[in-house]
Amino acid sequence: MSDWKPNIIVFACNWCTYQGADLAGSLRYKYPSSINIVRVPCSGSIEAEYIVEALHKGADGVLVGGCHPGDCHYKEGNHKALRRFNLLHRLLVDMGVEPERVRLEWISGSEGKRFAQVMNEFDATIRKLGPSPNGRNGNA
Amino acid sequence: MVSKTGVYVCHCGENIAGSVDVAKVVNYSTTLPGVSVSREYLFMCSDPGQELIRKDIEAGIVDRVVVAACTPRTHEPIFRKALEDAGLNQYLFEMANIRDQDSWAHWGDKEGATQKAQRLIASAVAKANLLQPLQQRYVEVEKSTLVVGAGVSGMFAALDLAGMGYKVWLLDRNPSVGGNMAKLDKTFPTNDCSACILTPVMVQVANHPNIELLTYSEVEAVNGSIGNFNVTVRKKQTYIDWDKCTGCGDCVTACLGKTDNEFNEGLDSRKALYIAFPQAVPKRAVLDQDSCINCAGSHIGKEHKINAKSGEPMLAPCEKVCKTGACDRTLAHDSGGESFDINVGTIIVASGYQAMPKEPFKEYSPDSPNVITCMQLERILSATGPTDGEFHRPSDGQKPKTVAFISCVGSRDKNHHVYCSKVCCMYMLKEARLIKEKYPETEVYIFFIDVRTPGKDFEEYYNYCRELGIKIVRGRVGAVDQLPGDGLRVRAYDVDMDTPVTLEADLVALATAMEPSAGLADLGRKLGITCGSEGFLKEVHTKLYPVETSVKGIYIAGCAQGPKDIPESVSQSRAASSAAAVPLTAGRVPVEPFSSSVDQEKCSGCGICVPLCPYSAISREEIDGKVRAGIEIALCAGCGVCAAACPSLAITLQGFTADQIFAQIDALTSVAGGGPID
Repeated sequence: MSDWKPNIIVFACNWCTYQGADLAGSLRYKYPSSINIVRVPCSGSIEAEYIVEALHKGADGVLVGGCHPGDCHYKEGNHKALRRFNLLHRLLVDMGVEPERVRLEWISGSEGKRFAQVMNEFDATIRKLGPSPNGRNGNA
Repeated sequence: MVSKTGVYVCHCGENIAGSVDVAKVVNYSTTLPGVSVSREYLFMCSDPGQELIRKDIEAGIVDRVVVAACTPRTHEPIFRKALEDAGLNQYLFEMANIRDQDSWAHWGDKEGATQKAQRLIASAVAKANLLQPLQQRYVEVEKSTLVVGAGVSGMFAALDLAGMGYKVWLLDRNPSVGGNMAKLDKTFPTNDCSACILTPVMVQVANHPNIELLTYSEVEAVNGSIGNFNVTVRKKQTYIDWDKCTGCGDCVTACLGKTDNEFNEGLDSRKALYIAFPQAVPKRAVLDQDSCINCAGSHIGKEHKINAKSGEPMLAPCEKVCKTGACDRTLAHDSGGESFDINVGTIIVASGYQAMPKEPFKEYSPDSPNVITCMQLERILSATGPTDGEFHRPSDGQKPKTVAFISCVGSRDKNHHVYCSKVCCMYMLKEARLIKEKYPETEVYIFFIDVRTPGKDFEEYYNYCRELGIKIVRGRVGAVDQLPGDGLRVRAYDVDMDTPVTLEADLVALATAMEPSAGLADLGRKLGITCGSEGFLKEVHTKLYPVETSVKGIYIAGCAQGPKDIPESVSQSRAASSAAAVPLTAGRVPVEPFSSSVDQEKCSGCGICVPLCPYSAISREEIDGKVRAGIEIALCAGCGVCAAACPSLAITLQGFTADQIFAQIDALTSVAGGGPID
């Protein structure tokens, strides 16, 4: 188990968090290769099913990345993402998913450093939690 | 139909290949479902690289394309064009970001980066297999531009576009055009007088038939997108009828209210009723309500009091002297000013910078009137300044015998701004030289960390200053102490002599940093464009797209983008005007066809999507006797909020369909990271 590496899926909005990830790379900020990004137009376009499906298929952690409140490229998609996320999060916790496995973060296109920081921190959290029991890497 | 997806892996020189085992990734790609061919090349975006893709399409081997390379944000358009050239619909294309989001971020972890590249390519292939051809849409372009900021950058951008025949709105929040450059005395490296080169340009923008000045105005809100921006502008309340005002200045002379004079950097005072500066364009008076003392009990919007003896109304001095009736305090002026909308095709932001004040630098005795910023010194040296160009120090009006300049105040300092303000070395040398040339007996010292003079004729300028006898000390200044009387003592460390030094000076000038002008972040937010970590507006790509922003149709120029001198600002503003003219000249611009569509069979007409749409593009309409959601494509911006909310899965966001994202999730998890996957 010592060489286990988590598999993390990040749904990143095209206008802020995806740009932030690009900036982290171009400034050569390091974060673990466990982070896999799926590009979406807006955090508001992320269906609850995407997150559930990712966990179901074995992702050890899921992070939703959007623009800071007030900065949404589509006016208010991130507000919708927030409302939807909070509801889903409660549901997932009720279903037995550890609350730390699923996370929402606002990361702007200029926050390359913060993108790397958040990813390092999230990877460490997931490593501490261990493999997702729902996943193919886990016991279930 | 089974797709034939081609995977093209780029080395990006060493940028990708240095951290990702490309051969391994290419071999792996051929094993993915739907992949017909996988190739590698040193630079996939180069012509030979694109040719690989075009040939495979033309040979019928490939009908979907995945390029594993840098970021789609810069290179997607290039590869889409290659698809189009080879006769394939350009939207049958997907990128795997294995440079910015893989090799660069995981440099040194070749195994991890290689595995991640495999996952990202599997994800892109899974999506590509399900892509459908989409039709590009076009929008007509409104042939006009808004330029925000009427400093030297904004004025040149406006003149270029106006000269091409386009209507330009030139907006500035100050009552006059001219910006910071209007405050400067001379300009390096030629020492020509700032006013002599700037004021004719100010007149030119005012007189140009295609330019409409919107001074003393702010951008309130911005809606729409490239080709059709709708901008709400608020013209602030001047309390003077500018149609009647001739700028004679009689009211200014008569006015009794006083406050700090911004134009002279607070070194003297101006009236509550003022004209920004003598060469202001437009030369019109503005009443600053905050410092108005309401002479003769005359409040704005109230009838005049009646003199008990004469029975005449009591006019304020400003009203008494105004010969044109421009100054009428009884009118019900709206303190918020007037808001109106303009429609423009493109926007250029050239909102400039502000020089840091001295107050944050407690170690340099900012309380002493003889410690000033270099911008203040600029005003003292200027013929239009508070001393009419006489070199006097503020405390007692005496001519300083010893002057010390301190560099990098607030710049290259992690307590304030980590960046170099770029122009301070040269403007300090310039001010030192102006003093030394006019008053050769003055001792002038400049304390530098480094002297940075990288510009045409700049090093020669520096050498000449040294020959004039200006003394250059390399070393950081630790403190400036106030001495009894009005004197100052500068304490520094001379790095070359490896010893602490002190200097008694009559005047100390701080080369304070250039920082983003107040409200820039707010303006950026209204426009939807991002600021970098240092607070200046961010370009799409430092080298290739230096004036473009993350929002198509909005461009940046001058110091709003970062510190720069006048030649650079003007060059950049002319680059921005040229970029902004491209869509105006084309007359129509392509927009991405990523809009939502409703499957009328699945839609139950519940209407959940209707209030969620940020663009009011969805309405419930009756189709064949049933209530269904209908999307107005022209209004849809493609955010996908409706698709995510639809309980019947009836709405699909083209280009990012649920099926495609599920396929990506499946691909990313089926090669999950627990060890080597080959």
